[in-house]
Parts: sequence; C-alpha cells; structure tokens
Amino acid sequence: MNKGSITYINGPVVRGTHMEAFQMREMVYVGKRKLIAEVIGLEGSTGTVQVYEDTEGIGIQEEIVGLGAPLSLQLGPGLIGNILDGIGRPLKKINEVHADFIPEGAGLISLDMEKSWMVDLQVKSGDMVLSGQIFGLIEESSLIQHRIMVPHGVGGIVQFVAENGPYKPDEVLVRIADKKGAVHELKMVQTWPVRKPRPIQKRLKTIKPLITGQRVFDTFFPIAKGGTACIPGGFGTGKTMTQHQLAKWSDADLVIYIGCGERGNEMTSVLEEFPKLIDPKSGKAIMERTILIANTSNMPVAAREASIYTGITIAEYYRDMGYHVAVMADSTSRWAEALREISGRLEEMPAEEGYPAYLPYRLAEFYERAGYVETVQNGEGSITIIGAISPAGGDFSEPVTESTMRYINAFLALDRKLAYARHYPAVNWLSSYSGYLNVLEDWYGEHVGADFMQIRTDLMKLLQEESELLDIVQLVGEDVLPDSQRLVLEIARIVKTGILQQNAFHREDAFVPLLKQYAMIQVVWHLYVQAKRCIDNGIPFSETQNHELFDRVAKMKYTVPNDHLEALEALTTDIEAYYEKIMEKYRQVI
Amino acid sequence: MRKEYLHIEKIEGPLIFLKGIKEAKYGEVVEITIDQEHRLGKIIKIDQDMVIAQVFEGTSGMSMRNAKIRFTGEPMQIKLSEEILGRMFNGIGDPIDGGGPLYSGVDFPIQSRPINPVARSYPRNCIITGITAIDLLSTLIRGQKLPIFSGNGLPHKELIAQIVRQAQITSEDEEELVICFAAIGVTKDEGAYFREEFEVSGTMNHVVMFVNYADDPVTERLSAPKCALTAAEYLAFEKNRHVLVIMTDMTNYCEALREIAAVNEEVPSRKGYPGYLYSDLASIYERAGTLTSRKGSITLLPILTMPNDDITHPIPDLTGYITEGQIVLSRELGNRGINPPIDVLSSLSRLMKDSIGEGFTRVDHPDLMNQLFSSFSKVQDIRSLAQIIGEADLSEMDQKYMAYGRFFEEQFMNQKSYEARTIEESLELGWKALSILPEELLDRLDPETIEKYHRR
Repeated sequence: MNKGSITYINGPVVRGTHMEAFQMREMVYVGKRKLIAEVIGLEGSTGTVQVYEDTEGIGIQEEIVGLGAPLSLQLGPGLIGNILDGIGRPLKKINEVHADFIPEGAGLISLDMEKSWMVDLQVKSGDMVLSGQIFGLIEESSLIQHRIMVPHGVGGIVQFVAENGPYKPDEVLVRIADKKGAVHELKMVQTWPVRKPRPIQKRLKTIKPLITGQRVFDTFFPIAKGGTACIPGGFGTGKTMTQHQLAKWSDADLVIYIGCGERGNEMTSVLEEFPKLIDPKSGKAIMERTILIANTSNMPVAAREASIYTGITIAEYYRDMGYHVAVMADSTSRWAEALREISGRLEEMPAEEGYPAYLPYRLAEFYERAGYVETVQNGEGSITIIGAISPAGGDFSEPVTESTMRYINAFLALDRKLAYARHYPAVNWLSSYSGYLNVLEDWYGEHVGADFMQIRTDLMKLLQEESELLDIVQLVGEDVLPDSQRLVLEIARIVKTGILQQNAFHREDAFVPLLKQYAMIQVVWHLYVQAKRCIDNGIPFSETQNHELFDRVAKMKYTVPNDHLEALEALTTDIEAYYEKIMEKYRQVI
Repeated sequence: MRKEYLHIEKIEGPLIFLKGIKEAKYGEVVEITIDQEHRLGKIIKIDQDMVIAQVFEGTSGMSMRNAKIRFTGEPMQIKLSEEILGRMFNGIGDPIDGGGPLYSGVDFPIQSRPINPVARSYPRNCIITGITAIDLLSTLIRGQKLPIFSGNGLPHKELIAQIVRQAQITSEDEEELVICFAAIGVTKDEGAYFREEFEVSGTMNHVVMFVNYADDPVTERLSAPKCALTAAEYLAFEKNRHVLVIMTDMTNYCEALREIAAVNEEVPSRKGYPGYLYSDLASIYERAGTLTSRKGSITLLPILTMPNDDITHPIPDLTGYITEGQIVLSRELGNRGINPPIDVLSSLSRLMKDSIGEGFTRVDHPDLMNQLFSSFSKVQDIRSLAQIIGEADLSEMDQKYMAYGRFFEEQFMNQKSYEARTIEESLELGWKALSILPEELLDRLDPETIEKYHRR
C-alpha cells in the first residue's frame, strides 16, 4: 500500500509528500482517523487530495494511505428506499452507530452485507454469458426487480450455478471461466468508479415524454424520457417544491433524488412523506422506487462535488437493467460552488465569478450521461436529468445557468414575481422553452389527441398576446381596450389560474393524467372560440363574458375528478348551448 | 509538556504566521501569552512547517518576540452548564457581566458535527409571536431557521425585542422558551438596548448573551454565533429545552469572514467574499432543528442588514438559499409608519404549510392566508395603475381593492410594540379585511369556509 505524509492542510484540501506512486483520482485515507479522500493533483513527490469529511483535528505528518482504486460505489440490492451520503454511505446505518450527528472517520461502509436476498438464477452450467447479461433476479422492492448483471469486461462459460434461494451480497452465485481459462466469481454486487460513465450499446432517439402529471410541463413544456432539463430560480420560487412534485409523480420506473447542498429538513420531509405517498400507476408507496442522495449544506463540501456522480452512477446501473430512471439534482449550483471552493483552495486561476474555467466542461460531462439508450444486452433504458439551479441573486446571466443552458434541452424558468403572487408552480411561460416539442409531437398525436399540439400552440400565442396587452393595461386600464382584446385577457386569466397554476396539496390537482390535461385545454379553447365568434358578431362583452360559465371553466381542475372526464364534456355542451342562445337572441335583433 | 514557540514569522491583521512547526493539527487552539496576558488563536492553515493562526483577541501589542505560543492539541471549546442562563459572555465565551467565571460545567467544542438528516424530525409546532404579520402570514415553526432581512435604520431591533417578549410555544407542556442571543459586531448602544429590554420585561433569566461589540476584534465575530449555538445545542439536546437563537447582525459576521480571507490571500468570489461563504453560513444555520431522539428544539432567527437594501447582495442571497424562508422589512412601509414594516409578499415561511390549520392554529388559517395574499398582490397592480390615472378614475371594484389594501396595512399588519395579539384576534382581523371585498372575488376560499367565518 502506498503511503504519504501530510504537509499542508487548508479546509478540505490536503497535500502530502512521498506520493509519487499515487494515481490521479485514487481513493485514499487521510490521517489517524482515516478520513476518506480522493487524489486530485500530483506534482513531483507532492500529491493533493480533497477530503470528503471535516478535516479539523488532522495533524501534519500524519499518514495518507492509498487504496489503489478510484472512488467507487458498491452497486447491488439494498439501494432502493435508502438514503446515502455524497459518497454513497447509507445514512441510516451511520445513524445506528453514531446517533444524531455524523462523525468523521465512519469509514467506507456501503450496502448491508448481512441482509439475505432471495435470488432467482437465470443461467445454467455450460451457458455462455457476456458482459452486462442478466443472470439472476431479486425482488428488491415491491416495484423494482433487481436484475443481477455480469460485470463489464467479464464473460465466459458458466461452470457453477448456486441453487435458487437466500444469499448474502458477498456470497458467490455463479462461477464462469473466460476464454483464457481464468475463473471469475459472480456475486450480486459489483463496483464501479463514479466518474466513469457505464458503457452502452448505442444511443436511441428520444421519442417518449416523461409524464409528470404537471400541466405546465406535460402540456406546455414537455420533457422527453432520456432528456435533460433545468429548473433555475431564485430562492423562494419553489425549485425544491417543483423537484419534489416531479419526483413524486413522474412516470419513471425509478427516481434518484440528489439533495446537493440543500436543507436538512427538506431531506427529512422526503423521508417522512414519500413512504406514505401512493404512486397512482402502481398503487404502491413511491419510496419503493426512490433512492435519496443527501449532502446537506452543512455536510463536507468535497462530498458535495462527488454526490452528483454517485447519483448518476446508480442511475446508470439501474438503466442497464432496462429501467427508465429520472435523476433530480437539487441543486447543481451548490455542486458548482463546491467545485469553486475547492478550486479556490487549490489557488487555481479563476474564470467568471471565481468559478474554475472547467465548469462548463464538468456540467456537460454530467448532463451527457442522460439519454435513451440501447443497453449492452440490447434492452432499452433511459436516464432523464432534471437539474435545479439556484442562480445568485436570481439572475440567469450568471455562469452556472449560462453554461447549463448550452447542454440542456428544456429550460423551465421559475419566476420570483409569480412566486410572490403565490402562482405555483412559478414557471414563467414566456421565458421557458422545451426543445422536445417537435420530437414528441408524434407521440402526443398518437396517444393523446391529434390536435393537442395545435391547441397548445394557440394557447401559447394567446398568452404572448396577453403579455403585450398587459403593458397597455398598465398605462390606461383595462376598460378602454376593444372587446376582442378584453376577451384575450379573460381567457388568458383562465389559462393562468385554471391550467398553469396547479395545487400540489389538492386531491384532484396534485397529479393530473394527460387525458384530463388534453380535455381541459380543449374546453378552454372551445370557450375562447365560441366567445370570440359572438364578439366578432358585435355582441357586447358584458354579455359574452358570463361570470358563472367562466368561473366553472377556471375551477374545473378542482371540480372535475380525474376519472370522470365526462363532466368536461358536459361543460363543453353548456358552453355551446349558452353561446348558441345569445347568438340566437342577437340574430333576431339584427 | 507541550512545546512553547517564542518566535512569530509574520503578523498581518488578525493572523499570525509561525515557522518551523513540527506538530500541529488543523483547527487546533493555540494559547498565546504576552507578558501576563493570555489570548487564544485557532489554526486555519498549515503549509509545510508554516502554520497560520487567527488570534481571537486581536494581534495589537504583539511583536515577533514578545509572545509565547503553546499548541493545545484541542479544538476551540467553551464551558457550559445550566448556570449560563441570565449571564453575558464575550465572543469566545468568557463572562463579561462581572459575575465571575462559571465554576462547574462541561467543555463543548464550538464547531459541531452535521446533524444526520435521518435523525431529524420535521418541525411541526409553531411559535406564536403575537405579531399578526408573522403568525398569520409567515408563521415561525419550532426548529425552523427564519432570518429577518432588514436595512440600516429599520426597526429590526424593536421587532426582535418584541418577539423575545411575546414568543410562546404552543403545546401541552407549557414550557418557557430559552433565548440564546449572539450579538455580532453590534454597537455598545445596541448591546445595552437589548440587555435593558430583557431586564425590564423580566426575560433575562431565560436569556444567555454572547456579545461581540463593534470595536471588539473581528475574529471573535466568527466565534460568537458558534458559541451561542453550542450553548443552544447543550440546552436543547442535553437539557430538553426549547431554544430560540437570535443572531444580530450576520452581515458583520460575513464581513469578518471576508476580512480574514483577504489577509489570508484567498481567491475571492462575488463582491470579495470567499467562495466558501455558502458552506460556512450553512454550517451555522443548519445547526437549527429538532431530532427524533431528543425533546428540545433549536429555532434560529438570524438578522442581517442588506447592504443598500439589496436583496440580491451575496449575504441575503446565500442566506435565503439556506434558510427556510425569510421575513423582509421594507423601508417604504417603515417610512409610512407601519409597524412592523414587514413586506408580506416577499416574506415566506417554508415550513408553515404543515404546521397551520386544524390541530395547530385554526382550520380556516391556510385558506384565509392564501386569500389575503392573493388579494393583496392584486392591490399592488391596482396601485401602480392608480399612480398613472389617479385613484378617482379607478373602477368601483378597484376602489374596493384600494380600501382593502389600506385596511390590510394600517389595521391588520400595523400593531404597537407592546401589543400581543392572540391567533384568534389575528384571524378575526384577517376576515375583517376580507369583508371589504365583494364575496365573489374570494376565489381561494371554498363556500363552507366563507359560510362559517366570513364577516359580511
């Protein structure tokens, strides 16, 4: 084992001498308490490491011990429903040993090695198995079947297969011999270095949406499965709330929630709430398909840098089993700041606002690990990344937002003004965009409604027109506008309160199926078309704008249950009948 | 017997640089003796045989040769017992009220370990402050960290004093709140104001104060909040008390951090503040909370003055990202004589949604709050229109909104410094404000709630 000696300590950055034999990105133990760290720089005999735990109390001339391998994760059953720290250590386990507060030097603990899992083996002696091939199955949770894969770079003829039954993670399940005759023992766990993307066969086109049950996303700014999105917003605009909504309701098989440099109580609320929440699709608790990575803002900053990679590596592991995984990173700004902090302590030349010049590259590396892919064993899987950004001062021209925008396809801007008016989710419909509208058009046409995208475009035009009209209203008031423009304002108001606003705490409104979303925009558009016809025929606005009818449309999100869409048809009929009636009345007058 | 060093290589601002050190630990405390005087320092960087330490009491009077420096091998600690209540200490935990030293007690390191998120319990009980704008619209929850963003000259001092006087916890065990008060870089007058307020109102025996005056060394500004939090952790988690920690003014803390970073030649990020300002502030704010395994709680109310009233300045900005909401004071309301001048639309309590309503305050609270907010945000639009076309030309409906806005600010929010309103009184005032508006405009309320509570 390689050993160095500490000569320099500055926060999470530690340097040592006699480190010629260390490798870049090698994992090391630092000091008497064996703090976990990673080599990030080598020069002559001096090595620089970033320490994933608090360095207070570490002395000079203590040891740095190389572990010979890069920062890696143990991947295997037991991850689902768990909460891990930035370097993949289970926090519940740590809490059992060291109550309430996280100590330094808790060591490299990982999956529970004592727990037995029922294994159903899928191969027999004499079979040929290849890298990535699934050779065993475990019911990891009521929603996720764990598919045990042959590790990458390993393959050959099966020589031994264990009986189906309960096994612990470090027991041998299958033994194979490769071409050269070397024997490999396969267990249910494998390790993988977090900074290295896991291999795939090839990337496929993104053609399916990630259905979130949130109207502002599904209808207005859809995200594709295998796509990338970012949610920037100043504090108080509801980033975390939005991310939680997506984690709760999106139709991914598995959700990995990375709480990166955020509040401890937010993780606690997820831990308390998710086991009680029922997934509308499966009827099971959503914790059964959730993995949490927590590096709260007071936990060591170097582990914050690693937490993003820990999350995405676990996502890739489950993707390789053929699952559709959604990764929520909240917030990537904290991760970028961790990079900045370490870069500052390394005395690197800063670029914009003190961030290191390699920030855009690191962001790109992360977002590029998303995608809809054909896995090594010809299955299909995807990783969708939704990253929150906390721009300094709520200003989107800062480096993290700017750099991220170049690598993502859906930009969901949260707006402080909307949040102050308690318009949630506070997604600004004018500055947000989704690059997936075109690729998803066919899917929506086929699965939802042929005119879905057309109505969406029409409503967007209406909202755009409204924002221009509001500038005039600010100056002269609403009353002086012509009736047709007043109608635009009224309908836009319904779109805003009745469609864009969504109540996360309302039974019917927390999650809305696509078909109801479609029916709702149809109703609103129908109302507009009918009312517009009356106004074009010279019928006064006071008559056209029927308070009761407009109010019913605005409140349909609450009053129409998600599984009784016929009530929306009735609403359409009523709208038609009403306008037919007043048209009739005026026809007689004219 | 540990070694004593007699030679300092360099002194710069509050930092001393020592050379030829063979044994030192990061973060360890050094004892410095100058003639008969003792000072404490903390190691903040080790580079080969050069050690950099910040001196808490400041470096004035030190020379390259007149100081003896001893390495203690221990992190910074303070002595704590229940006797600290009613006492006043400086920024490193030495008594300054003339009451003599603490004789008994246990040493606690002032830098604590992070709370495991698994061990936290989600804060759910509110603290009633008797102030309508807070209790109804940005409710303070036990275990929350809720900062007050103020500006120079705004009455945050009076607001804090009022909260300390009136704050009550709502629960079956009628316990009294304990206050840990950290004054960071405050003027002597301010310090005296708080002390007098606490003594007059009879709360002093529940208060422990850690005071760093404006002319005290800046390094002590960094330790004062940590001492207060260590005392709070001791009282909350060892002695099962409910603790309210008040810190004023965190802007001074951040400036001290910047000063030391500059002397240490660190790479600055925004406005010269070090890149680790966020993590550093988080290591303070995140010490608030409640644990499943212990009974007490730590609620944190830091106060900061926004330089130039700018909420996007790095200090309020980073604070807002860490804390669970914020209470923003507005100069415009202050000038109009509204007290407390809380800008309700930009104020927010993130934790209140799970802790108000049935079983906590009153069943109509959440809906009433939503309606008050949404109607008041409408008032803002109408006011800007009124500025252009004049109030007289507004439509009848808009005039009603203007009347609502006036009642909201002048009656509902406005209250006297010694007026404590019960939650029922505040709720009634809210309904009274809504009675100005026609019923069909109350779109956030369901018919049953209107039926039961609306004052027509």
